[in-house]
Amino acid sequence: MSERKNSERAKGFSLLKIVPSKSRGKLVTVLIPVVFFAVCALLVNLGVLRSHFAGLLVPLCYYIIMAVSLNFTVGILGELSLGHAGFMCIGAYVGGLFTLLTQDSITSAWIRFPIAILLGGLIAALAGFLIGVPILRLRGDYLAIVTLAFGEIVRNLVQNIYLSRDKAGLHFSFTNAIEPERLDPATNVDIMKGPMALNGISPDATLLISVILVVITIIVILNMVDSRAGRAIMSIRDNRIAAESTGINITKYKLIVFSLSAFFAGIAGVLFAHYSTVSPPKFDYNMSILILVFVVLGGVGNIRGSIIATAILYILPEVLRGFQSYRMLIYAIVLIVMMLLNNNERFNAWKKNTTERLTAWRKGLFRKKSGKEAE
Amino acid sequence: MSFVEINNIGISFGGLHAVEDFYLRQEKGELYGLIGPNGAGKTTVFNLLTGVYKPDKGTFFLDGQNMTGKSTVELNKLGIARTFQNIRLFGNMTVLDNVKIGLHNQYRYSALTGVLRLPKYRSTERAMNEKAMELLDVLELGEERDHLASNLPYGKQRRLEIARAMATNPKYLLLDEPAAGMNPNETAELMQMIRFVRDHFDMTILLIEHDMKLVAGICEKVSVLDFGQLLCQGETSAVLKDPEVIKAYLGE
Ligand SMILES: Nc1ncnc2c1ncn2[C@@H]1O[C@H](COP(=O)(O)OP(=O)(O)O)[C@@H](O)[C@H]1O
Ligand SMILES: [Mg+2]
Repeated sequence: MSERKNSERAKGFSLLKIVPSKSRGKLVTVLIPVVFFAVCALLVNLGVLRSHFAGLLVPLCYYIIMAVSLNFTVGILGELSLGHAGFMCIGAYVGGLFTLLTQDSITSAWIRFPIAILLGGLIAALAGFLIGVPILRLRGDYLAIVTLAFGEIVRNLVQNIYLSRDKAGLHFSFTNAIEPERLDPATNVDIMKGPMALNGISPDATLLISVILVVITIIVILNMVDSRAGRAIMSIRDNRIAAESTGINITKYKLIVFSLSAFFAGIAGVLFAHYSTVSPPKFDYNMSILILVFVVLGGVGNIRGSIIATAILYILPEVLRGFQSYRMLIYAIVLIVMMLLNNNERFNAWKKNTTERLTAWRKGLFRKKSGKEAE
Repeated sequence: MSFVEINNIGISFGGLHAVEDFYLRQEKGELYGLIGPNGAGKTTVFNLLTGVYKPDKGTFFLDGQNMTGKSTVELNKLGIARTFQNIRLFGNMTVLDNVKIGLHNQYRYSALTGVLRLPKYRSTERAMNEKAMELLDVLELGEERDHLASNLPYGKQRRLEIARAMATNPKYLLLDEPAAGMNPNETAELMQMIRFVRDHFDMTILLIEHDMKLVAGICEKVSVLDFGQLLCQGETSAVLKDPEVIKAYLGE
């Protein structure tokens, strides 16, 4: 008995206590953001909500996509990742650059933007796959550290790229700015200037497209979870050794998760780049931690929880003035409190008790209702 | 050639010979017991047969096929399934899903088919549910299908491990102390189930157990391990009377 307890502890990072999600209620999970955004858009149009609030809706979409896709890695596969912002960064720059370079030749955003989205997503997925291969054998804290480093490396690489275009074509330089004598001053346009922001990306990320992408992300991940592949992925999370001796190919499913999770983070990045100003510092580890806080507070493994937690945690501080400067501090405290609570046996017993009583109560209600119908 | 042929496999951990020259011949459909004091190396034999450890020496053939040195996943696909002494279920998943993971390699559709909910997804899932329920009914777990595996009582968890192992459609089933922690009633029920599995599926079973009543009741043959060495093997009734075996167990 005590041996079992120990092994569970060792698996430990207790922050990541799994909240198993029910496969039922998928439709509700999809409808929650759709209805929410529809109502918000309506209220903004009617002038009830201030335009400052309207400006939060598209960012909320890409944060939801980030949280849901991170929860796929952290909650469904059970591996802690602290570098999710790195994939968002890749998506933002790939998608953003694509638009910058083609917006003169492809004038229709309806053609250009979907290509940018796919391209940003696919390159991020490729990065997820490539980083996935060497870290397959790492677990727990080691994996967390490597993913954290990955995010920082991506940001630092991007921060050092200089790209310009003149009549002779593209000019590229790493670490140092491009020497002026290489450029034709009359036709030159700077595209990437190291740590400075990308300018002039057409703001194609409308609320409609963003909500559609949120819905696609949720449907793909929920359907994945509730399918043959999803079961295999969760079996790796619950017990790797048992999964192997049940014939589950761990490598294959881990790489699927790393790639798919990165794909959606890349898409979120593309949305970001086509809505707000893109510069490398925005994708630092604070961003990764922020998304992780959404996931942990919504419930690790609980996709609907991620959506709701993101909405509340993103909108509230934006609306409450003066909270901004304490934001990261408060998130850190919240993480620590969650960790302590998850480790507290009395709290867990209480939580289990309450949920059981709640489900019993709900079942009772249902039985009464159906009983009446039968009469 | 026998159905199962294990020839002098062995492994040591930093000088400790956990298993040395283990040897076994088992015929198809035979129920074979593996007994010995704690730390004798029984679980290590299972870990060698399932690729968790690679043997330092020796060979292992199943149904004429060389299994030596293959990976855990390959060995499962080639027909070896096991349960664990310290239960290893997929605790955050339902009882039904635990068994469906066992069916993973027999009922296939692509990840994309699952995401797009194509017709093949529905038909395959339905077939999987039927097959899984069949196995759950054999182990009398049908009513618990929607419970979380970790919420099951101990005895049912052990039975769920057997159901999951059977779901991988094995030729050779390894059970590591399936009755550990069960009361006499549960143990008696379990004996019936193991016998049923053997008869119904013509399963070849190797079983580690401390409960001598269970071993004497259902195993045709036994091997006795002590300090990693084979002490003796043969017909169950004869082996259990062997003075050497009695001595090893009483620890004189
Ligand atoms: N991975 C390992 N590393 C070191 N020693 C091990 C390992 N696995 C098993 N052993 C040792 O091998 C011996 C046999 O263990 P085991 O096979 O679990 O015994 P049992 O017969 O009780 O199942 C024990 O002394 C155990 O400590
Ligand atoms: Mg053992």
